[in-house]
Amino acid sequence: MEIVVPKKNKIWAFVIVGFFVLISIATYAEHEYYVYLQAYLWFGFIYGMCLQYGRFCFASAFRDLFAVGVPRMVVGIMIATILFGFTSAFVNATGWSTFHPAPTGIHVVIAGTIFGVGMVFAGGCASGSLYKTGEGNGVALLVVLSISLTQSTFVDIGGWFNKLVPASWAASAASKGLPDVINVSDGWIDQYLAGYVWNQPVLRFAEMLGMKTDSVSGAFLGNLVVGVTIPALLILIWVYFFWVRKNYAKRVLKERNSVSIKDHIAGFWGMITSSKRTALAGLFLGVACGLQMFVIEGLRMKFGVKNAGTLLHRLGFDYGLSAKGTVFDPGYWYVTTQEAQWVGWVFQKLGWNHMDNIFFGWVNGLPNPAFNPADWMSVALIGGAAVMALLSNEFKFKRPTMELAVWAIAGGFFMGIGSRLALGCNIGGFFVRAANGDPAGWLFGLGMIGGAFIGVKFFNWWTERKMAKEMAVLDLEL
Amino acid sequence: MAMKFEKKGEGEYMLDVTGYVCPHPQIYTKKALEKLGEGDILEVLFDNPSSSESISAMCDNNGNEIIEKQMEGGKFSYKIQKH
Repeated sequence: MEIVVPKKNKIWAFVIVGFFVLISIATYAEHEYYVYLQAYLWFGFIYGMCLQYGRFCFASAFRDLFAVGVPRMVVGIMIATILFGFTSAFVNATGWSTFHPAPTGIHVVIAGTIFGVGMVFAGGCASGSLYKTGEGNGVALLVVLSISLTQSTFVDIGGWFNKLVPASWAASAASKGLPDVINVSDGWIDQYLAGYVWNQPVLRFAEMLGMKTDSVSGAFLGNLVVGVTIPALLILIWVYFFWVRKNYAKRVLKERNSVSIKDHIAGFWGMITSSKRTALAGLFLGVACGLQMFVIEGLRMKFGVKNAGTLLHRLGFDYGLSAKGTVFDPGYWYVTTQEAQWVGWVFQKLGWNHMDNIFFGWVNGLPNPAFNPADWMSVALIGGAAVMALLSNEFKFKRPTMELAVWAIAGGFFMGIGSRLALGCNIGGFFVRAANGDPAGWLFGLGMIGGAFIGVKFFNWWTERKMAKEMAVLDLEL
Repeated sequence: MAMKFEKKGEGEYMLDVTGYVCPHPQIYTKKALEKLGEGDILEVLFDNPSSSESISAMCDNNGNEIIEKQMEGGKFSYKIQKH
């Protein structure tokens, strides 16, 4: 299939790249601290290009596997996770990692399940919806807005919802010594975080095996081999065994009488290499993700800061800093928190106090989106995807239909809830954690698989109804 | 635009899922192919780029052949022969 790229697409691609270059030069001329935000910007741009090139969507991984028996995305994600694990191990061993593991518990599985249902409904995960927005997809933009609105509302909801908080959470939250400005006794999420989540153990595979994460053995053997490679390979073997093996064996049996172990190894390798562009995108994503941690930590050392909030303060931007003087600055790829900040910032400006909760007021702040490092990453991700889509002539503005708008809003709602309960989405909650030897990442992934299965069951029922109507006219029955 | 499934001629069908996003195009394609007879041809029209990879992989796995692929201005047209 020959792809002819119209001249106007090339011009628009240059305009987008030129815009980001101009922003980088102009802000650097203003102050060298902006290099910090530029690092986020250009890594976001790379992520956008990789995601669009590989059609890299975590939602499609298990959804397409369950719905249509296609394993290509699971393979791509596992390749990316292992490679990210490798670069992370290197960064961890040097002591330059920005990664912080999350509290582990059953809540992560539940959150992953809710998120998994949502991503199937929405037609894309949190990162997938961002890159598809860059393709001109209005449905994806609606998903992003729904995730954003749901999160920013969910983290501040109190009143009647306080009655749903167990007494033990409320007591534990009150004992954490948070400042009065946070008003921890008012807000379901506040009491969930301070009264339950913060009490859960924070683990990494290296430490569970008695090694130090920042040692070579802990980073490579404990986290990379035991915590990343073995689980990822087990998932790939499971996928081959249940979805690929049978069809592959049929093909082999057409040529000879039996299928040997050697044939299955060849079949397994064929599954890995079946979609080159997905595998290639996974490879670049894995390397870029590790490199971002290295670069951000290097910049923190250079500027003598631990969080971008200090840089914003030095630049004279104090609005929206948290009570600790911080802003959301993960130091690696993240998606949903900055999306929550977009709507949260608007609400704050409109007079709804969003700084009296832990999520915004104590940890992430609500800085102006124009100076929010993670926002630079997400906006550039959309731009990178747009450039890639334009250069492959796949960019197309698409308005959502009513049916798809309902799916998008519902899916975004579930993903927003799941993200806040797990403290991250398919990227921050699964991909980054799993690749860094945090068992919470795999638990979120387990929940996502379950959620995708439930979502696909519902979707199958829905599409069968519609197909049956169409086929009834043609005398075809489902 | 709503999904359309039409008979174009003897053994030839058309599935139009233009405007739909994942996973609609691939699921509708799978369901349509399941119903067709061996040798029948299904033309699928869609404009969701990520579905192109999924539909290609699905046909490859199930032994169905994509006999023609076209793409222009973000709109895809795949002709699939069921085997």
